[in-house]
Amino acid sequence: MDGFSKSIGGGGPNVPAGSHPAGGSQAAAGGGATQRTQYPYVTGTSVIALKYKDGVIMACDTGASYGSTLRYKSVERIKAVGKHSIIGASGEYSDFQEILRYLDELTLSDHMWDDGNSLGPKEIHSYLTRVMYNRRNKFDPLWNSLVIGGVKKGPKGDEKYLGMVNMIGTHFEENHVATGFGNHLAIPILRAEWHEDMTFEEAVKLVEKCLLVLLYRDRSSINKFQIAKITTEGSTIYPPYSLKTYWGFTHFENPAQGAVGSW
Amino acid sequence: MTGSMDLPAKGGFSFDLCRRNNMLEKNGLKLPGFRKTGTTIVGLVFQDGVVLGADTRATEGPIVADKNCEKIHFMAPNIYCCGAGTAADTEAVTDMVSSQLQLHRYATGRESRVVTALTLLKSHLFRYQGHVSAALVLGGVDCTGPHLHTVYPHGSTDTLPFATMGSGSLAAMSVFESKYKEGLTREEGIQLVSDAICAGIFNDLGSGSNVDVCVITKGKTEYLRNHQLPNPRTYASSKGYSFTKGQTEVLSTKITPLKQKVEVTEGGDAMEE
Repeated sequence: MDGFSKSIGGGGPNVPAGSHPAGGSQAAAGGGATQRTQYPYVTGTSVIALKYKDGVIMACDTGASYGSTLRYKSVERIKAVGKHSIIGASGEYSDFQEILRYLDELTLSDHMWDDGNSLGPKEIHSYLTRVMYNRRNKFDPLWNSLVIGGVKKGPKGDEKYLGMVNMIGTHFEENHVATGFGNHLAIPILRAEWHEDMTFEEAVKLVEKCLLVLLYRDRSSINKFQIAKITTEGSTIYPPYSLKTYWGFTHFENPAQGAVGSW
Repeated sequence: MTGSMDLPAKGGFSFDLCRRNNMLEKNGLKLPGFRKTGTTIVGLVFQDGVVLGADTRATEGPIVADKNCEKIHFMAPNIYCCGAGTAADTEAVTDMVSSQLQLHRYATGRESRVVTALTLLKSHLFRYQGHVSAALVLGGVDCTGPHLHTVYPHGSTDTLPFATMGSGSLAAMSVFESKYKEGLTREEGIQLVSDAICAGIFNDLGSGSNVDVCVITKGKTEYLRNHQLPNPRTYASSKGYSFTKGQTEVLSTKITPLKQKVEVTEGGDAMEE
């Protein structure tokens, strides 16, 4: 039964047999225990971010997969929030769009106070943590890992902030964060090579190093990346570009040379 | 159970005990757990040969069973093999193939080739359909040059310029993917392998303790056991702990003399009867 539905769907996400892929949260069919479970459908892969001298730099690829198909190739997964922050998301893209709507409402009502103060990255991170954790407690999670970075003037001058929240509400603040596969492939590099007060060029080089490894070793990544930075001047999201990959190892040219019949 | 046992085993997985095992499991017997090596193992090809590296932690679930085990196994004087997965499986399979290579060397009078070890390993693992949980990084230098292969538990192999296996393989692979280039010198190769293993040790919970390195070149193999010790045990004082008399308060003392429970028979042979 499962195999039959898989062949029709053709590359769609593997929804377990017996569930109706209605998308989003589902109410219980009839009385009894309400169980609202979700399966992510259109997902984005890793986001990596790090603090540097002038602020925070964030990068991710512009692909969104539908199960094992690379459905969308020009998706912006990093957006500016207010004047002081940028947010990047991996996981279910529709939930990210919902989160952006919540943040829109939040920044709008904050703007209407017209008191000269605006929401900083710390406040946004705290708000999103509450939202994510509460949704998780209702068994109706927003299936994302979010990265929030920003710079805001504080009592000690310009304070850089970089934090992460995931779908179950785990949140922390760090000098460098990564979501998804980035945790396994990018964090080792960042831990070894990040240092305080990197220049923008150094930070971009480090981020590109991580993005290249992710491109080689993560099957759902594509060779089209976007870098965003946030400083006291504001946020800048750069246009997408590609990285050069190297496939010229001699061992790749004729792998069966030494072992005829192997691969 | 007699007579029909004269035929030698024709090969293939022996399913004789499967029915018994199923019955035992149904009656509530818990199968013994496997000691996995939860590992980071790596290998790379440099200009003169091959460098293999491994961490030294063996885990049994959440507990570290062996802080300083050896994961780089000897196959032939010019071929070494790193093993990840179930410790017993990697030990047994590398020992077995090592003996087969030795016998083959006696028969042919020549140095063993890496592809021979590779074929013996992959055919054995394929026969057992993945039940022998051994993931190996096999490297060596023979008359045809330096070779590096990875062998997966189900029997598939890859020939690569650099390879990582085990739970820490992603951390180590991130180091390799960003820093590997062709024509590395010996020092660069050892440094890169150590960096990759250290990435595994510090970023993966299943790997830890020390770094073992093995450098194989034409005619010479160097096994650098505990090449790096990045996790030293630091004592409060350099002499270690010292417990002087009077440090621990004695609350009460009770001396019980042991009774003689053994009867010694004088003379005669005790083993008689």
